[in-house]
Amino acid sequence: MTPPDPQPRVPRTWKKPPFIANPFIRYGIFIVAAIYLVWAFGSLPFNWARISEGLPRAARIFSGGFPPSFERFGLLLTGFKESFQIAILATLLGVLLSIPFAVMAARNIAPLPIYLIGRSVIIISRSFHPVIVAILFVAAVGFGPLAGILTLTLYSIGFVGKLLAEEIEEIDWGQVEAMRAAGAGYIATLYYAVFPQILPRQVGLSMYQLDSNLRASAVVGIVGAGGIGGTLMNAFGRYDYDFAFAILLIIIAVILLSEGISGWVRKKIW
Amino acid sequence: MLEITNLVKRYGHNEAVLKGLDLKVEDNSVVSIVGASGAGKSTMLRCINRLVEPTSGSIKLNGAELVNVKGAELRRARRKIGMVFQGFNLLDRLTVMENVLAGRLGYVNLYQAISRRYPQADIERAFTLMERVGIAHYANKRADELSGGERQRVGVVRALMQEPDLLLADEPTASLDPRTSEQIMILLQSLASELSLPVLINIHNVAQAKTYTERIVGLRHGKMIFDGQPADFNKDALDAIYGGIEAPDETVSEQPHRSAEVERHDSA
Amino acid sequence: MVDHAQQLADRVWQRYDRKERLIRYAVLLGTLMLVFWAVRDIDIFWPWVWDAPNQMSNLGARMWPPSAAGLSNILNALLETVHIATLATFLTIFLALPVAYIAAQNTTPNRACLWLGRFILVSSRSVNTIIWALLFVAIFGPGVLAGILAIVFRSIGFIGKLMGEAIEEIDRRPVEAMEATGASKAKVVAYAIVPQVMPAFFAIVILRWDINIRESTVLGLVGAGGIGVILQGAIDTFAWPTVATILIAIIVLVLIGEAITSLLRSKVL
Repeated sequence: MTPPDPQPRVPRTWKKPPFIANPFIRYGIFIVAAIYLVWAFGSLPFNWARISEGLPRAARIFSGGFPPSFERFGLLLTGFKESFQIAILATLLGVLLSIPFAVMAARNIAPLPIYLIGRSVIIISRSFHPVIVAILFVAAVGFGPLAGILTLTLYSIGFVGKLLAEEIEEIDWGQVEAMRAAGAGYIATLYYAVFPQILPRQVGLSMYQLDSNLRASAVVGIVGAGGIGGTLMNAFGRYDYDFAFAILLIIIAVILLSEGISGWVRKKIW
Repeated sequence: MLEITNLVKRYGHNEAVLKGLDLKVEDNSVVSIVGASGAGKSTMLRCINRLVEPTSGSIKLNGAELVNVKGAELRRARRKIGMVFQGFNLLDRLTVMENVLAGRLGYVNLYQAISRRYPQADIERAFTLMERVGIAHYANKRADELSGGERQRVGVVRALMQEPDLLLADEPTASLDPRTSEQIMILLQSLASELSLPVLINIHNVAQAKTYTERIVGLRHGKMIFDGQPADFNKDALDAIYGGIEAPDETVSEQPHRSAEVERHDSA
Repeated sequence: MVDHAQQLADRVWQRYDRKERLIRYAVLLGTLMLVFWAVRDIDIFWPWVWDAPNQMSNLGARMWPPSAAGLSNILNALLETVHIATLATFLTIFLALPVAYIAAQNTTPNRACLWLGRFILVSSRSVNTIIWALLFVAIFGPGVLAGILAIVFRSIGFIGKLMGEAIEEIDRRPVEAMEATGASKAKVVAYAIVPQVMPAFFAIVILRWDINIRESTVLGLVGAGGIGVILQGAIDTFAWPTVATILIAIIVLVLIGEAITSLLRSKVL
């Protein structure tokens, strides 16, 4: 089969138009990326002598960890109970407290100075990983679940507060105007025109936050803020690997379960 | 030459979609396949290039059996069968040229494919074909920036890039407006004669089938119930093929009314 | 107005029938009991709770003013934190993409691969970064390698899961067209799948890099490198003004990370 209309022509060429038109920028990005990788790898302090011991250690850890030991089941249960309590109380406090902060951080209903305060509280509590907050609370109020509750409360305020503030900024403004026209005060307007619009979302967020607090409560214990994380840290510290692996397995199981339940509930509500 | 013998396709344990089809297509002929939705047109076409796995039967292209080939052999068989789709099936985020060159994927190696370093002959062929259908100036445009008719032209050129021995077109005009779909039919008809290429076209529009093809095959419930010249395709044949199916909101018993409905549909 | 309210009440009445209301009250009651149990049972010494605001303002006072001493140290540690996050994100790409490929229903070679892929994703996601770090510190000793590996192992699940979903959501028709040209599996992937998931890929990687910056600030608390190491050191030596400086540095880092992320997002997507 010959192509139709065969005429002798100059060879036509085609090259894929490059993703970035300017060749300097195109190659520049590659070079900068390569230099960065070399520099970053070169500047990081790797302790190769210690790392080379890694494989035999890994073998020892895993052979020590299998089979996982559920002998101290009571200790495990106590740790989980505490994690669970921390998560419940922190979610309750966090979700309740997130409402005033969200109102403060919503540009459409808060005066500017209040808005700035509300925003910065939310930004700050979102910038810090809960573990860092936990270590500070442990320093302030001592070891134990209290530090964990405070940490996760702040964590919940940051997360729920931000989403809620965005939700408030997108409400149907007509209802607010209607309430104001009816002569309602600020609080009454909030109560009748704003809260009903954000409430369904708040319930879903609370479920989500309970799930994510349960996950986080397993971690804040590592720095002494109570719950199963502390038990895990202790097991690791005492080279008690079979117990540590048992804890890890249960943590994974609980997280999967709670993710499933929280997803199911949110689907039911929305 | 394409020879289909006793082709059967059954999905799971349901009733067969194709119930023993026989079809012979000589080289250099344009055949349209008409039938209601669900008659098995699309399944039949996809059995030929094995996008759908036939349950039993035999399909021979130029004497070579297509039904039992596997792996690399199947891919070699497929690259000789071009296909044009109802929804164009273009690579939307790539350029027109890349879409066209993708027709050569069965020929080039993986490195050439990924680095877009196609042989010069392929690029020349691409330009020649694109000029033939009038889309060469779009070579470096993204495929999703084109209009429907232009997109289908890209689809046709991509299929022709395969240097096919057979061209399959699955409802090539169903997503286009009437004017554009006429143009695409004219294009397919003239390309078939220029390249002396056998073409199989699934088509809904009976008027277009009669105008632009030399042979009409009618399917109903997976069986061939008409095979002949467009001139012989009369009202009886039309009723036999579409009767009681095409216009589900009309009552089946009202024969004249339904025929009128079909004709109105055709002339649209 | 009254009539309208009456109507509304009627509608609500119809919507939540007797059974639904019973469920609502049961859920409320259950929640209250759960909270009551948690408050009664939890191992908290209550006088401390009432003393907590006092303690916290005390700690705050000790942190003020932040100390600029050791600032260069802190900046170096910040840079190390960024390196850990970036290198780990970079490495994750190479590991997560194959996992995403076998964990997506439409590209997986067979069922065994599908379940293997899903198993990898679930186990990666269920273990928190800091717990991965704990494990890798035990294996490779304290240092940045443990930190990088911890972030990599957690990110595989994140990037892999989202990429797998992106692959499952592609338009199947171009895939069919490429198969019809006689292209091999690898070419079909390169032409019909890769271009379709590219935007999602960039968005996911940028998002994860942002998250990894935050995560890598805490790795040091279990000895896995980064700014956390000197934060832990400052807390252990009660150098509270330095702690304050480190905290400010972390906020600045996170905000810069967020700014870069949104810049990249608007440029690339």
